[in-house]
Amino acid sequence: MAAIELRGLTKVYPGGVRALDALDLVIPDGEFFALLGPSGCGKTTLLRTIAGLETATGGAVVIGDRDVTGVQPGARDVAMVFQDYALFPHMDVTDNIAYPLRIKKVSKNDRRDKAAEVGARLGLEHLMDRRPGQLSGGQQQRVALARVMATQAQAFLFDEPLSNLDARLRLEARTFLKKLQRELGVTTVFVTHDQAEALAMADRMAVMESGHIRQIGTPAEVFQRPANTFVAGFIGSTPMNLLDGVVRGDTLEVAGCKVAVPAAAEGRLSDGGKIVYGVRPEYMTYSAEPADGALGGKVSIVENLGASHLVTLDVNDVNVQAVVPEGSEPAVGDDGYALPRRDRALVYLDGELV
Amino acid sequence: MAQATSPPETRPEDEAQAPRYSSDAAGLGKARAGAFAAPALLLIAVFLVFPALWVLYLGLTNYRLTGTAAAEPQFVGLDNLLDAVSNPTFWSSTWLTVQFVLGSAVIGQVGLGFAIAWLLRDRRGPLKRVVEGLVILAWILPSAIVSFLWVALLDRDGGTLNALLGLPGFAWLLDHPMLSIIVFNTWRGTAFSMMLYGAALGNVPPSHLESARLAGASGWQQLRDVVFPHIRGHILTNLLLISLWTFNDFSPFLLTAGGPDGKSEVLAVHVYKVALQSGELGYGAAVSTIILLINLVVAVFYLRLLRSKK
Ligand SMILES: Nc1ncnc2c1ncn2[C@@H]1O[C@H](COP(=O)(O)OP(=O)(O)O)[C@@H](O)[C@H]1O
Ligand SMILES: [Mg+2]
Repeated sequence: MAAIELRGLTKVYPGGVRALDALDLVIPDGEFFALLGPSGCGKTTLLRTIAGLETATGGAVVIGDRDVTGVQPGARDVAMVFQDYALFPHMDVTDNIAYPLRIKKVSKNDRRDKAAEVGARLGLEHLMDRRPGQLSGGQQQRVALARVMATQAQAFLFDEPLSNLDARLRLEARTFLKKLQRELGVTTVFVTHDQAEALAMADRMAVMESGHIRQIGTPAEVFQRPANTFVAGFIGSTPMNLLDGVVRGDTLEVAGCKVAVPAAAEGRLSDGGKIVYGVRPEYMTYSAEPADGALGGKVSIVENLGASHLVTLDVNDVNVQAVVPEGSEPAVGDDGYALPRRDRALVYLDGELV
Repeated sequence: MAQATSPPETRPEDEAQAPRYSSDAAGLGKARAGAFAAPALLLIAVFLVFPALWVLYLGLTNYRLTGTAAAEPQFVGLDNLLDAVSNPTFWSSTWLTVQFVLGSAVIGQVGLGFAIAWLLRDRRGPLKRVVEGLVILAWILPSAIVSFLWVALLDRDGGTLNALLGLPGFAWLLDHPMLSIIVFNTWRGTAFSMMLYGAALGNVPPSHLESARLAGASGWQQLRDVVFPHIRGHILTNLLLISLWTFNDFSPFLLTAGGPDGKSEVLAVHVYKVALQSGELGYGAAVSTIILLINLVVAVFYLRLLRSKK
């Protein structure tokens, strides 16, 4: 087990696509680290460059205390789960799990024992003689995990391992994977485009946009205080309200309403400056009565989220969303007022958090 | 149309209809379907089945190109076949054909074709296009031109190869006739295997190869554990076609005419010599029958391999 360090890592594909642009990143030993970003932002490229399947154009990859930038993938001591699992169709589950051991010339009996042990741990005992074609998606995913576990690598690299599972199974696999990583304590880099997955599983996470890391932090930090409007818009199952506003003395004018300056931004804004005011729908208190510092308007849409409702208010032609607990949801056309929580509201100046 | 909207209780009726639909999807009925297929079947009968049967029949006669036996061939039963198997030239021809097939088809064309396809698999750009272009050119040129080129290349005096190697007076076609036709046929036919394997390698999932690479597999181990299992069907199909084509190939005749002294007289050339040069059509037809049987055995062997999953 080992830490992973990237120093100024750059990858330019032939043809000129700059998929990674001078990334610096340190992932401590044993951490479950999520790489999150929209499709095409360079997550897979980053993972493959760590694995050595792509050669870096510049910068260095350090695993443990070894600079592996020029080292062959097979000698880097990392194991990877591919998005399509990459199980060999002509080998049974035992042989698939034991394949890396076979390459390392482990004796046949030891290989079988190890495969049986890891397989049993992942609940594959009764499937060991099957071919991948005879397994469900969830079972294939566990075989791929077992193959990675059997290698005893320094680090695990997962490229969207849950994206081929159906929604229900994905939730189960999420919990399972997190528990497994805890128990094994192996440094794990996990790529996903699903922000909920990253928030749920990671110890720490990085949010990427077109080859750059836009924020690194724990899921709580990234969720509560997105460092810029890109992260703010990307994180959260209901998108954050990002409203244009102007500083007016010690208040803000947002969508034609007066709201209080958030606690964190107090004393750091200049009068008359243009800002973006950000607040999550979950951090709004909704009421049918006017309140000081609330955004008031007509209810235009009510969406059912299960245990709560997402209410969209039309505030002087600007859409403002608030989450309302079940039972107290308004009807379309009602007057409504959404009061942002002062300790959770954020102000962005030129796209960066104040 | 009714099935799409009808409620579940009509299901027994659907099931009753199912077999009828599956055996006559177009709803033509046997007579009309037969009428549609008849022209094609007739062509096959006239140009393939009838000549084959005719060869079988000729093999049982003493039919000759000239003389009385040409006018009134006599039925001689299995005499021709017995003559063939007791003829040392027949056996040496068979052995030369086996060498020719193994050397130029199985090792030469399949091996070289796969090697080129494997080495060029990730390449783009001029190198790949030039190599592929040259290989395909060797395949599409007419045999007459190609064999003339090779005669010029291998000529004892003034041949290009001898000039290149600085070996004036070395008679390739006389001293190494089998080697010459094996190299010639490898060069001539590699394109087919190369293109087939090029397409097959495109179907090997990159993640499988990368998975093996991450485990530390060497180039050979990647081939053994990932590539060959994936393209097994392509390999067998390729071997089947290439073996049969090479077995029946007549173009060595254009280079060596079977000589010197029968040292490159493969079966196809043997048949030509006895049937058309010596005029023994009956005997030639009997040898052709044997070739047909060998082809069948080879085909059945590969097809069985192809069917067995393990
Ligand atoms: N082999 C390649 N050649 C050229 N460009 C590539 C290649 N692979 C990925 N890219 C480009 O690099 C960028 C990042 O891709 P990728 O790492 O796959 O993104 P992600 O995994 O975040 O969806 C994209 O713009 C993609 O088009
Ligand atoms: Mg990707």
